[in-house]
Amino acid sequence: MKNLFRLIYRYHVVFLFVLLETLSLSMVVTYNNYQRAVFFDSSNFFSGTLFEKFSSFSQVFEFKQVNTKLAEENIVLRTALHQFLLKTNRGTYKSSDSIYLPRIARDSSQKVVYRFTTARVINNSINQQHNFITLNKGRRDGVKPDMGVIANGQVIGMVFDVSENFSTVISMLNSRWKISAKIKRNDYFGSLSWDGKDYRRVQLNEMPYHVPIQNGDTVVTTGYSSSFPEGLVIGTVSDFSIGTGSNFYKIEVMLAADFKNLVIVGLVENKQLYEIKQLESLNKNGN
Amino acid sequence: MVINLAKYLLIFVVAVLLQVLIFNNLLIARVISPFFYLLFILLLPIDTPRSLLLFLSFALGLTIDIFTNTPGVHASATLLTGFLRPGILGLISSRETLESVIAPRVQNMGIQWFATYATFMVITHHLFLFFIEAFTFQGFLITLLRVVLSSVLSVVLILLSQFLIFRK
Repeated sequence: MKNLFRLIYRYHVVFLFVLLETLSLSMVVTYNNYQRAVFFDSSNFFSGTLFEKFSSFSQVFEFKQVNTKLAEENIVLRTALHQFLLKTNRGTYKSSDSIYLPRIARDSSQKVVYRFTTARVINNSINQQHNFITLNKGRRDGVKPDMGVIANGQVIGMVFDVSENFSTVISMLNSRWKISAKIKRNDYFGSLSWDGKDYRRVQLNEMPYHVPIQNGDTVVTTGYSSSFPEGLVIGTVSDFSIGTGSNFYKIEVMLAADFKNLVIVGLVENKQLYEIKQLESLNKNGN
Repeated sequence: MVINLAKYLLIFVVAVLLQVLIFNNLLIARVISPFFYLLFILLLPIDTPRSLLLFLSFALGLTIDIFTNTPGVHASATLLTGFLRPGILGLISSRETLESVIAPRVQNMGIQWFATYATFMVITHHLFLFFIEAFTFQGFLITLLRVVLSSVLSVVLILLSQFLIFRK
């Protein structure tokens, strides 16, 4: 017994190293299963507050540009809304206060399905294999996991973790995230993911050979993921080839959104998400 | 003792802040991203007890992990670097030099020695870090390219910092 203690004491550095290394590697591995503690997360209070302070300082210089961008987007949306209302003749004037009330974003059951809010990016990265974005809004502002995140109508990512005042977003530039996407021109869909190599390009997989594809085709969301409405722009096809020994195309998609320069993003809430998820989980349980 | 403690705590905080607020946002030519924070482990006194060195390395890595949402990735890499530091020191200088000098600094050891020391440490760290992060040997060459190019930038930044902010 005495010898054992002596042995442990003699090699205590090695033991300590092995112990701590095992601990950190197990953290890496369990993280793969998405079972991580809320503590290790940039939505936690400590790092969230730091990022918020620093970004509000550094983003002052960017706000002029952001304002211009938002104003331009407003004009585009206003025009589109106007044309839509003219075409469908759905707009109605509320006589009492003469506010123009368009009845858009409603489905057949006359319920508003998607709700949009905005948030400010307080931390963002593009230089890792698994990139995340931190936003300055959290549970208190109604942010929930699985909400979609967009910028200028283009897909950015999905809310992953939420704390009281902050939330983290799993960026599209995260090789563990997948989203279904389709070619806008012909509605064929595949699964979109990132190979971790170039922050401007993602890959569209599972697209069979017979589908006609051209460079420059617009890639949009399908609406299957229920975090995003259908038809949000993701990017354009920049390159495609036939993989050796595979039945599917290898398609490179140039992202429309500039991930290096995100300041204000929009959050999309699907009001029926919970119901859809619940229904879908029945399928999985019952097999 | 207390002054020393405060000094190293300050180096820790400054290194982490510079890393998470500035260098983490840096991505050059789509592959190079420097990890400057390793400086803290480099600057620790040579006679730091090995177990304390391990704990400090682990704490440093974990702090970076919290900011980058990568639990364990940086912690495991810094831990390995901290574990191998005495070996690396022994490799590049004689026992007598190590016993006569307290802190491994440019001012004490000369620029050439410090550059060699930083290069060994940074490469150990980056090699482990980038492969753990990728968690695959697929695309081995591109990961290796990231290791080499990022190491160069990290070493340059660490050397620069020795003349700009961490003079004492």
